[in-house]
Amino acid sequence: MINGILKKNFSIIVTIMLFLVLFIAGALTYKGFLNAQVFLNLFVDNAYLIIVAVGMTFVLISGGIDISVGSVVAFVCMFSADLLQKGWNPVVVMLLSLVIGTFGGYIMGYMIHYYGVQPFIATLAGQFLYRGICYVISTESISITDPTYSFIANYQIKLAPKMYVSISVIIALAMVLVTTIVLKYTKFGRNVYAIGGNEQSAGLMGLPVARIKIGVYALSGFCAALGGIVFSFYTLSGYGLQNIGLEMDAIASAVIGGTLLTGGVGTVIGSMFGVLIQGIIQTIIIFQGNLSSWWTKVAVAALLCLFVVLQRVIEARGQQVKQDKAVKAETVISK
Amino acid sequence: MTTKPLLTMRNICKGFPGVKALSDVDFTLRAGEIHSLLGENGAGKSTLIKVLTGVEKLDSGQIELNGQEIRTKSPKHSQELGISTVYQEVNLCANLSVAENIFIGREPKKNGMIDWKAINTRTKNLLKKLNINIDVTQTLGNYSVAIQQMVAIARALDVEAKVLILDEPTSSLDTAECEKLFGVMKQLRNEGMGIIFVTHFLDQVYAVSDRITILRNGELVGEFLAEKLPKIELIGKMIGKDYDTLSKTIKSSQNDKEAEKEIFLRADKASSIGNIKEFSLDIKKSEVLGLAGLLGSGRSETARVMFGADKVSSGEIVIKGEKVVLRNPLDAIKEGIAYCPEDRKTDAILGNLSIRENIIVALQAKYGLFKFIGRKEQEEIADRYIKLLDIKTPGREQLIKNLSGGNQQKVILARWLATNPDLLILDEPTRGIDIGTKAEIQKLVVKFADEGMAVVFISSEMDEMLRCCSRMAVFSEKEKLGELEGDEISEQEIMKMIAGGK
Repeated sequence: MINGILKKNFSIIVTIMLFLVLFIAGALTYKGFLNAQVFLNLFVDNAYLIIVAVGMTFVLISGGIDISVGSVVAFVCMFSADLLQKGWNPVVVMLLSLVIGTFGGYIMGYMIHYYGVQPFIATLAGQFLYRGICYVISTESISITDPTYSFIANYQIKLAPKMYVSISVIIALAMVLVTTIVLKYTKFGRNVYAIGGNEQSAGLMGLPVARIKIGVYALSGFCAALGGIVFSFYTLSGYGLQNIGLEMDAIASAVIGGTLLTGGVGTVIGSMFGVLIQGIIQTIIIFQGNLSSWWTKVAVAALLCLFVVLQRVIEARGQQVKQDKAVKAETVISK
Repeated sequence: MTTKPLLTMRNICKGFPGVKALSDVDFTLRAGEIHSLLGENGAGKSTLIKVLTGVEKLDSGQIELNGQEIRTKSPKHSQELGISTVYQEVNLCANLSVAENIFIGREPKKNGMIDWKAINTRTKNLLKKLNINIDVTQTLGNYSVAIQQMVAIARALDVEAKVLILDEPTSSLDTAECEKLFGVMKQLRNEGMGIIFVTHFLDQVYAVSDRITILRNGELVGEFLAEKLPKIELIGKMIGKDYDTLSKTIKSSQNDKEAEKEIFLRADKASSIGNIKEFSLDIKKSEVLGLAGLLGSGRSETARVMFGADKVSSGEIVIKGEKVVLRNPLDAIKEGIAYCPEDRKTDAILGNLSIRENIIVALQAKYGLFKFIGRKEQEEIADRYIKLLDIKTPGREQLIKNLSGGNQQKVILARWLATNPDLLILDEPTRGIDIGTKAEIQKLVVKFADEGMAVVFISSEMDEMLRCCSRMAVFSEKEKLGELEGDEISEQEIMKMIAGGK
């Protein structure tokens, strides 16, 4: 039984182990690394990426891809900064951001499902569109001075003396929790896996493929917009050049967390650890002090290769086992 | 057996662009019977099933279930009406657990959440009824295709089906697994379910069927009681007679000089697990050897083994007296073997390349990448074959996808002839092409053999085989049954052999 659980969650266990190894390595090497706030900052600094990665995980499990999310984050920051500057109500701005993000995702999903557009292309169009609008709003950086935003940005939830998290962290963790339940315990979640496993079969089993596929992109748009709001808390500004390549960070997090790019396999928790692993590498590099922060990318590149190969190996082994069984069955019967 | 009709389909018509897939087909299924739906490739079986399950829309006709007219809109809709289907390829999600595959789309819930415990226990009980004891929480992909097939059936049953359609469910099952499946089918029949069984294994038809409906070329041949239709008659009805105007025999003149022909390739007790059972076969130069049998009988599999496309799991292949191991098609090409595959569209044509490029590709592969064939030589080769095979095209740079099916086939033929093969394997070289071109290709085949080439010819059309082949190996159920030579070759003999089985 325990063996079975281990086997089924193998790649997420590897991810968590890797996180722990990196954490312990950091703690042993650098003074001051083993500090609760260092750990909590992983969440504080990456809350927006966790949220974006959650949406991305759904898309990847369904067998698609969404490369518009980085632009959505930048757009939401820019759009919010602009409207807040003009004196809009902050709650309205937030709601509007979420609606636009969700609706944009819906449109892309619609194109992908009904017009058979490649997800890469449809969301590439979305990427250009959102990024373009950022610059149309302004080519300069706009800062956010709205008191509500400032309050949320600076509010510290004390967990203990000298230990705090931001509201963004709570939002991110809530998203992870809710989406984990959705994936495991709701029809929507299970159908996402089914479609990612085999879209044609899912259709023949009578599952509502169109609704689920479009829903997944809408959800990703929603998450990206929420990530954008959280990011605007983090930086209190909007700027058109922000978060170029964020979508790739989200995809990398999901893959490191055990999600298959071919669809059908993955967890939100895994993606969260994927984000944290990238975060901890960054932290280590900062503690090291004499390395460029771009070494993070080098390390992530190495990890990605490692994980993709690992997944292949697991897959190949599974197939081998199956073949052996089949051969055995055949020989038994021929006797 | 009751006689009350459960499902009736009347005057069903369905056309696809350029093809009439079904014309005025009737089909009746009674409660408590197993009804086999038979026909060769392209006869319209699959289309009929698809129309019934709502995958395809019918053009005209009526479907009644329990006396009520229905029009299925989608697979989901037909499931709700009580028509469940198990397809040839397991249409489940290999990444989900066994239990989930059975319940997805109608999961039991507790407090608004999916009740995994209920799913797992109910699945266990359901599978127990089918005599399957497995860990239902494991991912489906971990199990053999046979188990997956059973899971698919279990899923169909749990929908409370009145009509169960099994579309070639046995093509990936072995004998023992088939027996198990048949047991389940009979049990369900006795419980009053109507089962439509689509297959091309005739023994299995007789093992379980009460009634048989035969289609040919999209038309109904008839409905028969299984016990009153001898196998040989059944085969005759499936294959039919092709009333084309072609000359009766163009068989090689080599027939007369039966004198010793050199053996080019010998398969000695070769087999390929899952593809073809142990067989021995000699392929001689200057003769057209036919591989006869119904679809799925092992004829294409035999060809694939000889071309290195499928692995030889036991026995050996000897070419020109030397034992060889063909690891892949390139090895085979280097040994002088050429293979025109069955499915022209997916396995042969490079649609966006020109005729010249399509012809040159196999020759280039044989030479290897570093011995590039010059443009001028390419053009010469292309022109030579366009002339030799009379390919109708404005020029050698025309894209192959713009040619008619028959001319595409000639280009593929040219591709392999350009490699100057000693053995040419043709798998269904004339499928879907017009009669005139068919005759041309047949004549070419015989001509090649006359010129000393060894040719292996595979076709579903009996007449065509009879015309071209001077020797025939007959296959059934993935096994070579025997050989016929010269005057022994006749439709009757071949059918008798297939019907006789093992």
